[in-house]
Amino acid sequence: MKKTYKIEVDCANCANLMEEAARKTAGVQAATVNFMTQKLIVEFVEGQDPAAVMGEVLRACKKVEPDCEIFL
Amino acid sequence: MQALVVNTLLAVVVLTAAVFRFVVGRPAGNMTKKQKTMLSRILLAAAVLLGLQFLPAELFARLDGVLFPSAGRWVRFALYLADYFIIGYDILRKAFKGILNRQVFDENFLMAVATVGAMALAIYENGDYLEAIAVMLFYQIGEWFQGYAVGKSRRNISELMDIRPDYANIERDGRLEQVDPDEVAIGSIIVVQPGEKVPIDGTVEEGSSTLNTSALTGESLPREAAAGDEVISGCINLTGVLKIRTSKEFGESTVSKILDLVENASSRKSRSEDFISKFAKIYTPAVCCSALALAVLPPLVRMLALGLSAGWGTWIYRALTFLVISCPCALVISIPLSFFAGIGGASQEGVLVKGSNYLEALSQTKIVVFDKTGTLTQGVFAVNGIHHSTMDQAKLIEYAALAESASSHPISKSLQRAYGREPDRTRVSDIREISGGGVIAKVDGVEVAAGNDKLMKQLGIPYTDCRQAGTIIHMAVGGSYAGHIVISDIVKPNAKKAIAALRSAGVEKTVMLTGDAKKVAEQVASHLGIDWVFSELLPAGKVAQVEKLLETKGGKAKLAFVGDGINDAPVLSRADIGIAMGAMGSDAAIEAADVVLMDDDPMKIVKAIRISRKCLGIVYQNIVMALGVKFACLVLGAVGIANMYLAIFADVGVMILAVLNAIRCLFVKKL
Repeated sequence: MKKTYKIEVDCANCANLMEEAARKTAGVQAATVNFMTQKLIVEFVEGQDPAAVMGEVLRACKKVEPDCEIFL
Repeated sequence: MQALVVNTLLAVVVLTAAVFRFVVGRPAGNMTKKQKTMLSRILLAAAVLLGLQFLPAELFARLDGVLFPSAGRWVRFALYLADYFIIGYDILRKAFKGILNRQVFDENFLMAVATVGAMALAIYENGDYLEAIAVMLFYQIGEWFQGYAVGKSRRNISELMDIRPDYANIERDGRLEQVDPDEVAIGSIIVVQPGEKVPIDGTVEEGSSTLNTSALTGESLPREAAAGDEVISGCINLTGVLKIRTSKEFGESTVSKILDLVENASSRKSRSEDFISKFAKIYTPAVCCSALALAVLPPLVRMLALGLSAGWGTWIYRALTFLVISCPCALVISIPLSFFAGIGGASQEGVLVKGSNYLEALSQTKIVVFDKTGTLTQGVFAVNGIHHSTMDQAKLIEYAALAESASSHPISKSLQRAYGREPDRTRVSDIREISGGGVIAKVDGVEVAAGNDKLMKQLGIPYTDCRQAGTIIHMAVGGSYAGHIVISDIVKPNAKKAIAALRSAGVEKTVMLTGDAKKVAEQVASHLGIDWVFSELLPAGKVAQVEKLLETKGGKAKLAFVGDGINDAPVLSRADIGIAMGAMGSDAAIEAADVVLMDDDPMKIVKAIRISRKCLGIVYQNIVMALGVKFACLVLGAVGIANMYLAIFADVGVMILAVLNAIRCLFVKKL
């Protein structure tokens, strides 16, 4: 399952760091941050609950870039 | 002298920040809340710093007598420290958090170390606190400006691309009402007035008008629409009022689909982007390590090997300068921005590119493979020549059209079109279809035979063969040969020009694939100047042929296949880049292709390649420029020529140049 989330991040390198952090989160199959459109596209592993996974993703992203925001 | 420069700079910063904060930032939506807060902090810190500049250390020294010894020194330090915290507290906090989260080497950490280091040096010397604060200030200004410039250009490009209509008109109780297009159900009747955009795909129920398709195709070629015609969203209604029965929901309509496609195109990342992301990952730690080495090694060497004084201060300062340059943001930002702008610019020209990766691949295209019908030719049969006619050519066409008037065969239809009038059936009698040969009929009492060479042989009439390829209709009027008519698919007007232009745009091979007869194919190819032709292919044969071509090409060269996107989906997906032409309103084509040309002008292929070349050129310029300036600064910093100010300005300046350069990708109209 694929879902798109609106994000807010100011610098392009931070966006790359977020993408990396999201990818490493358990339950995430693939993740892409589109800095230009300020979107995060997450593909979840089959059978995972997106809400729970996204909580983890947000935590991981906050760790690498405290200023970022994901609108869940 | 330096004080004067710094003071002037600070004054400029205060003024500009004030203007941005209170004039530019006033309209809602121009800046985010975060940006406004940051701007206020910059303003405050710059103003305080400017004020402190006019209070020399001697002035504070007078406090010593009043309070306690060296009180002035501490008071001065406290004031500067307060200013430092105003401008830099978030950086310090982030750096601290980073250490806790084991994400040590990021730019926050570097700035914190660089400025705290500079502060420490200043306390030690009771000297220049200015530098530490100014560096932090200029770094924050750079970051702020970057966020602002990128946000602004992002919004501007998105707005340019936004051809989405805001409302749909629905008639209720005899009055027009504007509603959100999302709320219009399939099968509703919407009214589009002159000057308005068609919001949703549908069929015209009532009225006729001319539509401008330029928002979709980039060409302002007007199209006629009357009752019964299908119209697609995004066109602008020019002349009459149209009542349209919607056939799709707004979200499924052409205009929404195109927008989604273009907006999300930058999610498919290009190889250059991946390269830079990987590079950024090693760049920051590498600079950090070199900075550490620069701070420690030279003083040790001086002390131990050369027997000189260590000069710790100088080398630590140089190392700190090093750290300032280590943020890779200018590099990282310019690439997606360039692609975003390039894709946006292309979409305005009617070229939809479905991903940054495809734009990148397009610029490396060396082989272009065409499907003939519908791509290079119009796919419509038409009279293409009349030869050896013994009578007036119009008269010959008239005889042919009348003789074939009873038939519904495509050939007879094209004769009818060439004749231009409705044939008067009463003038025709005794029509006999000769199976596999043609037609014999009496027109105005004269016996007319129209058909192929077999028919002529059967009738015993000597005929002249034709050198031109196509379907040949020999004509015999009154028992004697009257010439022949050539009917063939017409080559598109721009096809020849497009092939020549492709060659000058760097394409090495042009190839044509077709299911048509060899003679026809070769004639078209030689007329257009195409290198290789493969004819009489079945759809599977086309795939096999493209696969063969893919094997023979060099590693970096890319192969593009151009088709009409309707029955060549397998080939489109097999090629490196699948280009569908004339796809306006065809979902299947938009689905299957990587690059979609909204109208069917072959020159658009050339345009797409030129856009991609320009865009990639700009990407490389930015990479080289950003890296070049950074390395130059690193070297200058290491030998002590560049100070921290220069480092910061180099960093911010490169970023601004890169962003401005990236915006150039948007301007592709004249390519």
